[in-house]
Amino acid sequence: MIIEIINIILRFLVLISIQVLVLNNIQFSGYINPFLYVMFILMLPVKLPKSLLLVVAFFTGLIIDMFSNTMGMHAAACVVMGYIRPGWLRVLAPRDGYESDALPSVKNYGFQWFIVYASVMVLAHHFALFYLEVFRFSEFFSTFLRVILSTLVTLLLIILSQYLFTKPEERKK
Amino acid sequence: MRLLFLLLWRNNFTLLFLALLSFCFYLMVQNSYFQKASVLNASNAVIARTMQGVNYVREYINLKASNEQLARENANLQNRLKESLYSGLHARDTVEDTLHLQQYTYFTARIINNSVNRRNNYLTLDIGSLQGIKPEMGVITSQGIVGIVKQVSPHFCTVMSFLHKDTRISAKFKKNEFFGSLVWDGEDPRYATLKEIDKTVPVKKGDTIVTTSFSSIYPSGLMLGVVTDSEVESGSNFHHIKVKLSVSFQNLSYVYLINHLLKNEQRSLEEAGTKDDN
Repeated sequence: MIIEIINIILRFLVLISIQVLVLNNIQFSGYINPFLYVMFILMLPVKLPKSLLLVVAFFTGLIIDMFSNTMGMHAAACVVMGYIRPGWLRVLAPRDGYESDALPSVKNYGFQWFIVYASVMVLAHHFALFYLEVFRFSEFFSTFLRVILSTLVTLLLIILSQYLFTKPEERKK
Repeated sequence: MRLLFLLLWRNNFTLLFLALLSFCFYLMVQNSYFQKASVLNASNAVIARTMQGVNYVREYINLKASNEQLARENANLQNRLKESLYSGLHARDTVEDTLHLQQYTYFTARIINNSVNRRNNYLTLDIGSLQGIKPEMGVITSQGIVGIVKQVSPHFCTVMSFLHKDTRISAKFKKNEFFGSLVWDGEDPRYATLKEIDKTVPVKKGDTIVTTSFSSIYPSGLMLGVVTDSEVESGSNFHHIKVKLSVSFQNLSYVYLINHLLKNEQRSLEEAGTKDDN
């Protein structure tokens, strides 16, 4: 139990640092902003109480906001993500339910399951974030393009890091 | 009453969601409408110091480019020196020019955080209210304008970049003084759009765009950019002019802040004038 909590805190620190120190300083062609830190919310334990999940998501977003001077935007996007997560997990539940202490990851539930799970969550987050940032409909399509491209890059990074931080012999086929 | 509580209890997840979401909206609105240094932003000391650490690395990498820029700037200043001596001889003959009042003073500062990849971009500088920085000061480099100071803490300040959806800069053609406003359309940090130029005005590729004297923030005649493309949309009375910005926002490291000493005088006079109209 304690090891689990330490793992979660470590993952939080590592992902926030990567986001703030590296990814916030990188720009691909003006349209693409990867937000790898959402993986932290994706990988919270399945059995985490719903309300606690919302609060954790809120503070994760708030910390990113403090570093990138976008007060409230990331927090709002993360809260949206936290709100849809329990319902989406229920829709995707395997036939015999989730194991009591499992993390939703490629290792535990396979590549196909994970990509379906992650893509909807990341899309919801980016959709909320980019439209809150622009806050007007006159640039609807160019914003839409940014949402789609950034979602693809964020997903790619999330999948890559799933494989990077898992030992090969532990991975299920 | 019991039924109401039961209803609230059953939907506590959605209610918490709505509460957190409205708090986020409150933060966003407060941050964009009130120009006060709140505890929760990048001028916060801890966060600013982290950014400063990141910036040491970036600065070292950009050292060569910075040196070149400084050398160019020195050359530029030396040129001006000669020019000012020359015009100084002239000034002696005219009676009106004998009174010189300092209108602008300049501060220099280092950028410790910068972004170009969002729709609304901000910079953080390592200078603050202890050095005399106030909100709404203009920020420039030797190549052109960068933005406007937004929030100030004792040692740091945040700057609303030109690359922001709410920034509009009053701009004119250097050759014929026709003016419009320069805005960023959010796509490429190297280009901006000049609006409100009547279609009868002749526009050529390569025309220079500079600031006007209308603003109480920037001095007039600062370089903004060069026209790269212009067209008149059918049915419109205005040109759609694409401008290549003279400042490259991707590799800024040192900037100047402008203190307009007569700003309050100009503002209060203008406000008194509009008050009479109402």
